[in-house]
Amino acid sequence: MGAFDLLSLSTALAGGSVRVIDLTFTLSPDFPVIVLPPEFGQASPLRIERISRYDAAGPAWYWNNITLSEHTGTHFDAPIHWFTGKDLPNNAVDTMPVSDMIAPACVIDCSAQAAADPDFLLGIADVEAWEARHGRIPERNWVLLRTDWSKRGGRDYANLGEGGPHTPGPDAAVMRWLVEERGIIGFGTETIGTDAGQAAHLDPPFPAHHFLHGGGRYGLQCLRDLDQLPPTGAIIIATPLKIVNGSGSPVRVLALVGATG
Amino acid sequence: MTEPLSPPRKRNPLNRTRLPSQPPAARSRTSHGLTRAAAEGRFALQRCSHCGTFCYPARDICPQCLSIDLPFADAPTGGKLVSETTVRVPADVYFRERAPWRIGLVELDCGPVLVSHLHGDCVEGERVRLSLQLDKSGQAVAFAKPQQETPAMQDDRQWRELTADPKFRRVLVTNGRSAVGLATVDALIKAGARIVHVGVPENWKPFAEEERLRALPGVKLVPLDLGDERSVRDVAADIAGKTDILVNTAEFVRPGGLTDRQGTSFFQMELAETYMGLIHLAQSFGPVLRMRGADGIDSAAAWVNVLSVYALANWPPFGAHAAAQAGCLSLSHCLRAELRPGGVKVMNVFTGPIDGDWFQTLPPPKVAPRAVAEAIVAGLRSGLEEVFVGDVAQDVRRRLAANPKALERELG
Repeated sequence: MGAFDLLSLSTALAGGSVRVIDLTFTLSPDFPVIVLPPEFGQASPLRIERISRYDAAGPAWYWNNITLSEHTGTHFDAPIHWFTGKDLPNNAVDTMPVSDMIAPACVIDCSAQAAADPDFLLGIADVEAWEARHGRIPERNWVLLRTDWSKRGGRDYANLGEGGPHTPGPDAAVMRWLVEERGIIGFGTETIGTDAGQAAHLDPPFPAHHFLHGGGRYGLQCLRDLDQLPPTGAIIIATPLKIVNGSGSPVRVLALVGATG
Repeated sequence: MTEPLSPPRKRNPLNRTRLPSQPPAARSRTSHGLTRAAAEGRFALQRCSHCGTFCYPARDICPQCLSIDLPFADAPTGGKLVSETTVRVPADVYFRERAPWRIGLVELDCGPVLVSHLHGDCVEGERVRLSLQLDKSGQAVAFAKPQQETPAMQDDRQWRELTADPKFRRVLVTNGRSAVGLATVDALIKAGARIVHVGVPENWKPFAEEERLRALPGVKLVPLDLGDERSVRDVAADIAGKTDILVNTAEFVRPGGLTDRQGTSFFQMELAETYMGLIHLAQSFGPVLRMRGADGIDSAAAWVNVLSVYALANWPPFGAHAAAQAGCLSLSHCLRAELRPGGVKVMNVFTGPIDGDWFQTLPPPKVAPRAVAEAIVAGLRSGLEEVFVGDVAQDVRRRLAANPKALERELG
C-alpha cells in the first residue's frame, strides 16, 4: 500500500497536482539575525569565504567555506535550544525523530493584524476563531503564523526601534494552549524568531521558546511565502542538518500543497 | 606663492593611468633612525653623547671627537637655505617624471648642512624650517618650508608628493556607525575631501546619524560589513578605483582575556570584524590603491588603520581585544610593504581607550573620538606613519621603548 501511495505522490508531483512551495529565504550575509544586547554572545550572520573560483587556488572548481550560527536565516529550533527543553530525551537536531521532520500544517492568517500593529500578539481567541472556520487543529500539526512579514525587506523586516525589535508573534497563553491543548508539533513564523519582537517582556519571557521546547516541540522561523499555503492540508518538510548536539539548524523548508488546496 | 590646487579634472579614459615609480630607496641601517623620526613626525638627527655635536648624514662615528656613541635625538628645526637648485632633467625615473624639481642646501642652526627638498615658497638666503618626511619609497628625506606660513602652502606640489593630504581626495571610512568613524567623516570633509564614502555595517539596523550624514555634501553611504568578504568585494568593485585614502575604523571592543571569557564566539567575532576585515579590505582595495599611487593630484595616497595602543603590549582586562589588534598591527606592516611600490602610505593611529560604551567604567584619561579624527587628518596632511593619540597611547609607547618587560608587568 505504501509503495502505491508513494508512486501516486511522485506522479502528482511530476504532474503538478501537488505543488512544492519553497518557504525558505536565501541564505545571504546581509540577512538579519536576532539582536541581543551586545554583552551577550551573538549569532553569527552568514559569512562566505571563497576557497577557490577556477583560479590559482583551485583551477577547475569553485567552492566556499561558510560560517553561520545554528540560528541564521530560515532555521529550525530543537527543544535543547531553550532551558525548558534541556533535559528532554532526543532533544537535539541529530537525535530528534526524523518522522517529525515531515508533518501537516495549519496556517493562521494574521497578515491584516500584523499590518495594523507590528507588535500584534496572537491569542487563544484568534486561534479559536480560525478553528471555527477550518476545524480543530489536529495533533502533531505545525501551526504557522502568516503575517506577510517576509514580504518586508531589510530594516522593515528587522523593524528595530525604541525598545528593540517590533515584530508580531504569539502571546504566552496561546503558546501554552497550543502545546498542551492542541498537541502541535511546532510553531512557525515569518519573523526572525518564533516569539514576538517584544517577547522578552511577556510572562514567561519568550513564551514560544518556553512552551514549545519545554514540551519537546519545534520552532521554525524566517519562513517566507506562507500566503502560498492553504489554511489546512499542506505538508511541511523541514530537515535540519544533523549537527551533533545541535540546538537548531539552517534549513530548507518545503511545503507540499495539493492543487486544489 | 603657492598656486592653490584646482579640483582634479575627470580622467581621460583614452590615456593610460601613470604607473607609480619610486625615488631611490637604499639606506644604511643607521640612517633608519631618521626613518623612525620621520614616521612619527619628529625632526631628529644623530647627536654625539660625548661632545654634543649634531651630525648628518647618518654615520657610525662622531666626526668631531670619534665617539661611537651617536644616538638620535630631537634637533632644532631652524636653518638657512644657502643655495637652491632646480633639477630640470634628472636621470632618475621618479624625479624625471616630476621635473622640474627643487632641492637646496640648508645650513641648520645646530650645525649640519643637509640636502633638502624645497617647498615652493622657500627663497635662497632666507630662513627655513626643516622636517623629516617619508618619500614614496618610505624613506626619510629632509624637507624645507619657509619660516613663515604662506597662503595655500599645504598645496605645494613637492610637499603634496610627501604627504597624503585629503584635500580633493576621495576617502572611504569603513565604519560610520562608530563614534570615531563619524568624527573622522566630519574631519575629512572639513579638510577638503572631495567624496567621503562611509561604510554602514549591518545596514538593516537603524542608524542614528544617518540623516545627518546623508545631508553632508560629499558624503555617500555604502552598506559595508568588513567581516563579509563579498560585501567588501562588492563595495570595492564600485569604488576601489575612486578611493584615494582608505580609513579603516573597524572597531570591536569587548572586555576579557582568555580564562574569564565563556566560550570563543567573541574571539571569533573580534577576529572576523577586525583581523579578517583588514584582510578583506586589503585584498579588495590594496591592488587598486597600489596601481593608482601616481594618478595625478588625487592619486591613491594612504591607508589608515585606527588601532588600540594595546596592539603593542597586551592589556589583560581587554586581553583578547589587544591580541586581535596585535594581529591587525602585524598585518598593517605587511600591507605597508605591499603598498610601498605604489607609493601609498600606511598610517597606524594608535589610541588609548576611547570615550564610549565599552570603556564606560574606566577612569579618564580617555580619548575623545574627535581627537582621533583630528589626529588622522593631521597625520595625513603631514605624511606620517605612526600616530599616538592621547596620554595613554603616548605613555604606553614611551614605557614600551624604555622597558617592554616592565610594561608587561605593569599592564598585567
